[in-house]
Amino acid sequence: MLSSLPSIVGFVRPDIDWHAVAPELTLLGVGAVVTLLDIVLLERGRAYTSALAGIGLLVALIPIVTLAADGTTREMFGGAFVVDDFALILKAMFIVVAYIVVLLSTNYIAEGDYWENEYYGLLLASVLGMVLMASARDLVTIFVALELLSIPAYLLAAWRKADPKSNEAGLKYYLMGVFASAIMLYGMSLLFGLAGDTRLSVISETVSGGSTNPVITLGIIFVIVGFAFKVSGFPFHTWAPDTYEGAPTPVTAFLAVGSKAAGFVALMQLVHAGFPGRGDVYQPLLWILAVGSMTAGNLIALRQENIVRLMAYSGVSQAGFILAPLAVAGDIGGEALSAVITYVLIYAAMNLGAFAVIITVARRTASGDISSYAGLFRYAPAMTVLMTIFLFSLAGIPPLGGWFAKFAVFRAVVEADTGWGYSLAAIAAVNSVIALFYYAKVARMMWFEGIPEEADTSALRVPPSLVAALGLTAAATLLFGIYPAVITHFTDGTLIALP
Amino acid sequence: MGEFLNDWGLSIPTFLPIIGAAVMMLIPKDREQLHKLIALATTVAVAVFGVLLLIQFVDNDNYGALNFVVDKGWIDVIDSRYILGVDGISLPLMLMTMLIVPLCVIYSWNHFPEPHNPKAFLMLLLILETGMIGTFAAQDLILFFVFFEVVLLPMYFMIGVWGGENRRYASIKFFLFTLLGSALMLVSFLALYFLADAGTFDMRLLPEAAAGIAKSSQVWVFGGMFLGFGVKVPMFPFHTWLPDAHTEAPTVGSVILAAVLLKLGTYGFVRIAIPILPEAAAEWAPFIGLLAVIGIIYGALGCLAQRDLKRLVAFSSVAHMGFVMLGIATLTDFGINAAVFGMVAHGLITGMLFFLAGSVKERYHTLDMSRLGGLLVQAPRMGWILGFCAMASLGLPGLAGFWGEFPAILASYNPAEVLAEETFRSYMVIAALGTVLAAGYLLWMLQKTAFGNPREEFANDPHVHDATVSEYLAWAPLLILIVVLGVYPQLLFGATDPAVVNSISECLDSVTSGACFDAAAGK
Repeated sequence: MLSSLPSIVGFVRPDIDWHAVAPELTLLGVGAVVTLLDIVLLERGRAYTSALAGIGLLVALIPIVTLAADGTTREMFGGAFVVDDFALILKAMFIVVAYIVVLLSTNYIAEGDYWENEYYGLLLASVLGMVLMASARDLVTIFVALELLSIPAYLLAAWRKADPKSNEAGLKYYLMGVFASAIMLYGMSLLFGLAGDTRLSVISETVSGGSTNPVITLGIIFVIVGFAFKVSGFPFHTWAPDTYEGAPTPVTAFLAVGSKAAGFVALMQLVHAGFPGRGDVYQPLLWILAVGSMTAGNLIALRQENIVRLMAYSGVSQAGFILAPLAVAGDIGGEALSAVITYVLIYAAMNLGAFAVIITVARRTASGDISSYAGLFRYAPAMTVLMTIFLFSLAGIPPLGGWFAKFAVFRAVVEADTGWGYSLAAIAAVNSVIALFYYAKVARMMWFEGIPEEADTSALRVPPSLVAALGLTAAATLLFGIYPAVITHFTDGTLIALP
Repeated sequence: MGEFLNDWGLSIPTFLPIIGAAVMMLIPKDREQLHKLIALATTVAVAVFGVLLLIQFVDNDNYGALNFVVDKGWIDVIDSRYILGVDGISLPLMLMTMLIVPLCVIYSWNHFPEPHNPKAFLMLLLILETGMIGTFAAQDLILFFVFFEVVLLPMYFMIGVWGGENRRYASIKFFLFTLLGSALMLVSFLALYFLADAGTFDMRLLPEAAAGIAKSSQVWVFGGMFLGFGVKVPMFPFHTWLPDAHTEAPTVGSVILAAVLLKLGTYGFVRIAIPILPEAAAEWAPFIGLLAVIGIIYGALGCLAQRDLKRLVAFSSVAHMGFVMLGIATLTDFGINAAVFGMVAHGLITGMLFFLAGSVKERYHTLDMSRLGGLLVQAPRMGWILGFCAMASLGLPGLAGFWGEFPAILASYNPAEVLAEETFRSYMVIAALGTVLAAGYLLWMLQKTAFGNPREEFANDPHVHDATVSEYLAWAPLLILIVVLGVYPQLLFGATDPAVVNSISECLDSVTSGACFDAAAGK
């Protein structure tokens, strides 16, 4: 009876390559177990959830390694879901980022007496969306992945329920996110209407046929602008500082790295697989977004007094750098992809590291003011050195990882050998100097200033999970800078290619 | 031994200081004596390596070409390789670095500036040493860039943490100026890479590969490098960070800044900008020469307006580096030899002057020259050393300073054929006037600080004593070298000349004879 059901409703199950979806299924499974644990063990389950989530994420890395070892490109659902090198490196990154976020969250969530099971369940759901995004080559899949990663994030941003600022963070993030989704969906509907298919491969044929149909232009612009919200590019960044400041800091780290990277993944897929022939439309748009983000983000960051808001605006400016190679993607092809992925990978390490220090220091100072970092060098030298490494890495000073990220961007835009490219390089060069000023401002507080009188200057106690997070991110930041081949091995333009 | 040095001779001294710093990181802060000993042992070991390198270098007897070349893969995707090597141009500068750093450790042995903390101070010094040696050794543009930038952070913290009153302003100004230059320099390197289209950042191959680049692009690429190196030198009008940084930096910081960091800029011109882009260099040379002579006169006038001893020495650096840049701008092998000599001489002499300024500050707690005086009465030996260094700095024949300035002036009488003779001869006249001003401000400085009787406020001050053992130890090698190089300059010219002829003159000759133009036209 049951076996004849599909034939009655006319549903044919598509072929499913279980190996290809194993990472997603693992995450789904772990998320389900975390949720069930709460139902079965109630309060007693709290002690295990963060460990379980962390281990689950590491387990999800196993199928990614086996898929990478296998090396074949797997397609499903008529090319809507693709597992290739591009997808695998990004999936691995999302999972490692989530693992570090779990490390950052463990003490924060437990000590703050927030709900834990739900927290990790939602976190895993959001990661699932990101991992899915890396494989999505179809408008609907992209949209579903985006919502899957965003909706849990809206809730997580408001996790400090008692604090109005956190509520504001969640609400603002939600409203702006939905607004962006609406714009994007509108653009998608225009593209679908013309192409008659949601797959990027089909859309690319329709839009790049030398047609000057303004509806195509409008569709492309709307879709890109939608993601510009997600990556907090200027002028669509206004939600970021308030959300970052109000959200629990580990969630902020997750948003600033994971969610932003997912936006870039979508942009890369759209630009490279969706409208590769329409550089005339997306290049000027992305050029303006890149220049606007790096300049405006930097200039506003100069005036910040709160470390998290500073990181938010620095993130806007970094987003400008990441967008820059895409603004010349039509001229250099796959090199733009490797530059963006290189940047995103290094950015993940150094930015998570900076947030790890912020969380550690805030355990002592209970403050987000930059002035609370005064004299940190005198009583927490290790934390100071680590923060210095992360900040100057973000500023792009060799031999710290950030220099290679910036280098990859400069290389890509100069390679284009066009006026747009060179002007972008010059603007980026000036911006990297402006950025140094505010990163150095924090360093100056820590190193040059005296300890404020009322401060407690006993040695800082750092819980083991934060030690692990700091160690991992610092080691990665240094390694990426001194021997960048560990990154380029995975992001080489010959490996990473979208059709 | 020779085999070992040829393979590892450069990598070990480049990274030994970092290893020393890493060891120090693991030792608690309060074991100060141990930290000092580790730092001293590391830097002396590096210096010993330097001596071994020198012996092997002489033994190899190939001054014009790169010695001790290492060529290993580093970042394959961008065709950047780990290439080290030294020739007669870089070896003297590298050896000077290896000498100055242990002297700095010795000098600061018992007087670390506030807020003390020898561990952090010496660690920064060691990281700085790796950056400096690496910059002189690197033969790959990206590797060079990385080392060039590595020196920024330690110096920033050195000025910012251990500096004077106005240290916050001075440290960030130093950092921002240098970073702006080097960011544009990096863009230039990349443009060079793509335009030359040889798929390499190897400095040994680029001169040939870059010959095909259109001249208009060359001029732009050179412009980016000019900003990067020119800020570091510093050339007028990018010099404004220098007096602030020098005045605020702790003594050791000033010494390193003057003796080595400024040379990174001029070295960049000699090693990278001119050999790779000789045609563009010929276009830029009159402009560089002009800025150089403006620097000479402006620096000298700046000195005459100072009341602060350290600031005076800082402005004198601007003037001296003007002579170096003038020598480079002539684009002749004579001028560039003079420039390399000038770099070493300035490093030794100005380094000494900053040491002295630091010691004066420590005794009088002020560097205001209107309050100083009578050093010869209160601390006669130190006073005489100051006099000696002032003489060396103003270019007295027989001391090292002379061989930096005089040949540079002489070279501008007869610049490279492509350059306008009249322009450079007028530069020569102005530069010669600059030497008179130099004599003026240095003697004036000497008169103010060393001559006369001590002021009442310091007359019976027990803090004012003559040079101590650690000061003598730190100063003696520099003083001896100033005399030796002054009396027998061939010691240095003998090493630099083959290298200059080999790496620069050949391509400059081809510019003169039009060979490079033919190559460009052929493409």
